[in-house]
Order: sequence, then C-alpha cells, then structure tokens
Amino acid sequence: MEHMLSLFVRSIFVDNMIFAFFLGMCSYLAVSKNVKTALGLGIAVTFVLLVTVPVDYALQTYVLGPDALVAGVDLTFLAFILFIAVIAGMVQLVEMIVERFSPSLYASLGIFLPLIAVNCAIMGASLFMQQRVTMEPTNAQFIGGFGDAIAYALGSGIGWLLAIVGLAAIREKMAYTDVPKPLQGLGITFITVGLMALAFMCFSGLNI
Amino acid sequence: MSKLFSAENKAAFTGPLNVNNPVAVQVLGICSALAVTSQLKPAIVMGLSVTVITAFSNVIISLLRKTIPNRIRIIVQLVVVAALVTIVSQLLKAYVYDVSVQLSVYVGLIITNCILMGRLEAFAMQNGPWPSFLDGIGNGLGYAAILVIVGFVRELFGFGTLFGYNVIPQFMYDAGYQNNGMMVMPAMSLIIVGLVIWAHRAYNKEEEK
Repeated sequence: MEHMLSLFVRSIFVDNMIFAFFLGMCSYLAVSKNVKTALGLGIAVTFVLLVTVPVDYALQTYVLGPDALVAGVDLTFLAFILFIAVIAGMVQLVEMIVERFSPSLYASLGIFLPLIAVNCAIMGASLFMQQRVTMEPTNAQFIGGFGDAIAYALGSGIGWLLAIVGLAAIREKMAYTDVPKPLQGLGITFITVGLMALAFMCFSGLNI
Repeated sequence: MSKLFSAENKAAFTGPLNVNNPVAVQVLGICSALAVTSQLKPAIVMGLSVTVITAFSNVIISLLRKTIPNRIRIIVQLVVVAALVTIVSQLLKAYVYDVSVQLSVYVGLIITNCILMGRLEAFAMQNGPWPSFLDGIGNGLGYAAILVIVGFVRELFGFGTLFGYNVIPQFMYDAGYQNNGMMVMPAMSLIIVGLVIWAHRAYNKEEEK
C-alpha cells in the first residue's frame, strides 16, 4: 500500500510524463490553447491510461515475459505490436463511449480523440511499465502487481492532466503579451514548457 | 530515369528538409526529438532509424493503399509501423547495444511518432510507392537534422565532448571554463528546440504568409 502511494505521487511529480520524459508532446502542444478542451483531453488520456496499462501489465506477465506462456520462450520482442493493438482497440472503445454519452465533449475534442491512439504518453507508460517489472523490488519505481500498475497509470495520467491544464492557462494569458514575431506561437510555447519543466525539476529529490 | 527525379518528386524530398521541416514547422515527432538529444551519437542513430522506418512504412502503405478499408486504416498503419519498429529495435540491440540501452523506450515510441502517422495519412495514402519513399526519406532526414543540431549544442556545452571525444581544450578548463550541467537536463532541450524554431522562422520569413 505504501509503495503504491509512493509510486502514485512519484509518477505525478518526479516522473512526470511531460516534464521528465516529453511524452505526449504533440497533442500537448496542439490542444493547449484553451483550458476547457485541455481538461477534456487530459481526462480522456487518464482514462485510456488507466485501462491500457493494467491490460498490458497482464499481457506482459502472463503472455510475453520470459517463461510466462511456454517455459524457455521469451516473447518480449512482440511487445510493440501487442501493446499498440491493445491501445488502438481501447481508444476505439473510448471514442464510441464518449460519442454515445457525451456528444458535446466528442465534438469539442474532434480529431484528437482518435489520435490518443498515437499519443506517446499512452504507449510510453506501457513501455516504462515493461521496464519497471524487471527492476529490483526495493526500487521506488518497481511495479509488482495490478495495484502498482493502476497506481502508476493513474499518477501518470494526472501528471499529464496537470501539465496540459497548466500550459493552457499560461497560453490563455500569453495571448495578451508582446512576443517577437518569429518566436510567436510555437517557439515561445516551447520555451514556456522548458521553464515549467525547470520548475518541476525541484520535485526530483522527493521521497516518501 | 528523368521521370524518377521529376520536379514533383524532388519537391517531395527536399521540402521537408527545410521549408516544411517536420519538427520546426509541422511540430510532429517532438517527444523523441527532445528526449534522445543529450548526446550526438544517440541523436544520429535515432534520426537514421526514423528515416528508415518512415521510408519503408510509406512504401508499404502506399502499395496497400487501395486495399485498406477506410475505417480500420489507422490500425493497419500502426501494425505495419510496429512491425518495422520491432525489426529496427532488434537490429539496434544486435549491432549498437550501448546506444539501444541509452535510447531505452524511445525506440519503441517511434511507433507513436506523429511524423510517421502524419506522412502515412497525408502522403502515402494518396501517392505511389516511389514518391512516398522519397517523401519518407526527406521527412526522416529533416527530423534527423533538428536532432543533430540539438544534440550537437547539448553535448558540446553540457559535456564538452562530441561523439564522446573531448573537444574543449584543457587550457580552457584551467582558465576557469566549466561544462554547463543545465544543458544535460531535460528542460534545456525544450528551450533549445524553441530557439531553433525561432531561428528557423526568422530565416524563412519570406516564405510564410
């Protein structure tokens, strides 16, 4: 339980998907112009993470890992294809659910909803999970069960959500500032994210 | 032969290198561009891997484009790309093991690199295999160029080395020069890419509306 809590807090602040690993940058930069849409996308990403990471964890433990399916066979090299298939399937499912129950959110997210499938944060979380199951159990980043996998997925999702809502809020204010012409738009956004990442670096010694 | 290198095909190849650069202009494939560039060598390996994968996935999807049902095309594209990435990842593990350890999950993340999906959707689904191949090579190299620039700056100022060799002479250190540890931090790569984009836009101003 203690480990799950620590994993959860670490994945929000220390191992933040955006500021420490730059995952999910494309949609992060493209959808962060307005706080409301950013919040919607953040929730969708968190939800997809929450489903795919435990499913991929089960795949890794019971199918792909060394000796998992057949003794003496290591199928880890198939991970990329299986993980992406799970993610693409899940995103399709989420898309159908959102379309059915919240047409307004569906309309405002538009093309970015199906694009969650190619959001690196989702694939990245599964690949990091695959790395982390092989770590020493004493390591703060170790994932040793479904509970840990869920805590990690939820933490990563919330970390991503925080980052995108924060950037969207800054960009809404930045619309009123006087930025040099060639730097406007993308350039200044990058530098802003860089400064936010510097601020998040102060969490790096955090230990609970 | 002249048909193979017609003006259109040439544009498909050279456009992404500068005017239509995938990273600086279209803002695709940022994640890996930032994460693998703390040194020059992984940056180059990553750039080449992406070039190869973009080129060949473009060719494969272009050959299949008339047979793929529209509704499931994203899944088909992802499977093709994932298969290619698996091959490249195994090759990297076999021949440049140390770099593949350094790149860690970012090799797998080429699958979700937006440059690939962007090119497949925007170019390979409408064009024949040969222009698609050139387009893939061009975009891959455009991406690699940005990686090399960022990797060069970060390694030079962060470690004082290039490709792992010392290039800052000893007397500079004796005179009080120090490596800038900030450059190695992830945050600086964002700021450097921001500056590269600034320079690129200022330089190409006349071509923009």
